[in-house]
Amino acid sequence: MNRLIDSVKKAFKSLLNSVPVLVGVILLVSLVSSIIPKSLYTSLFTGNIILDPFIGAIIGSILAGNPITSYILGGEFLLQGISMLAITSFLVSWVTVGLVQMPAESMLLGKKFAVTRNITAFFFAIIVAVLTVIGVNLL
Amino acid sequence: MKSEKSYAEWYFLAGVLILFIITYFINSDMAKSALLMFMDIILKVIPIFILIFILMAITNYFIKPKALIRYLGRDSGIKGWMLAISAGVLSSGPIYMWYPLLKDLQKQGMRPGLITAFLYNRAVKIPLLPLLIVYFGFAYSILLMVIMIIVSVFQGMITEKIMEILE
Repeated sequence: MNRLIDSVKKAFKSLLNSVPVLVGVILLVSLVSSIIPKSLYTSLFTGNIILDPFIGAIIGSILAGNPITSYILGGEFLLQGISMLAITSFLVSWVTVGLVQMPAESMLLGKKFAVTRNITAFFFAIIVAVLTVIGVNLL
Repeated sequence: MKSEKSYAEWYFLAGVLILFIITYFINSDMAKSALLMFMDIILKVIPIFILIFILMAITNYFIKPKALIRYLGRDSGIKGWMLAISAGVLSSGPIYMWYPLLKDLQKQGMRPGLITAFLYNRAVKIPLLPLLIVYFGFAYSILLMVIMIIVSVFQGMITEKIMEILE
């Protein structure tokens, strides 16, 4: 019984220590999402097949939120003729790279880990986009 | 005495609050809309928070560090990757809600590559797959999910390698 109480106490303490970081990151996500108008994103794409996947990955890395929002935005990009490479890197980086969450990730999982993970995830978003688009074209 | 590092979380929260107040003075409507979004997210993450609390307590109670290292440590092999991928795919809620649990597991010896794979696979959302298919088609959606699962292992290995080099 004592072990169970200890386990619950330990979990509670761990979560309680994370509360300021979690509240801070939720505040930051809300602020960034409200400040940046959604219409701005489409205007950032250039139509360049090499550059646009990078732009897509950068936009996806900065923004955060529910993946449903990224699908809706991606659908809008598609209607406006933006390449699937750019849209895919945007969709992937939206969920795998988190600039806004990075302070929280650094504080809880270590700075070196957070920076390395986010940088590799950024480049992998572009790699995943290339592989997916090539794959779909081959099917 | 508390170390300076233990206040970092509070400095971060204070910094964001100051940013919020500045935004309010520049554009109060924008700050109000951000505050509404904040409340909405908080309400949505409460159940996830409870779930994570339960998971953390269960992990503390049932999983001994030795067992954890066997399944998620350096020598966990393919079992570790499969576990991290499955847990990442099945987990729900915002990514940052999982950081406290991962911090606990990291302290107990979970390898960084597996944490990376777990976080990467949070992007593979099975419940949202129908919506992705509606927007981008069946072949694209399935292929994207499969490629992301495979790539998560490479990203985990590369992240781990880079961290080893940096050490």
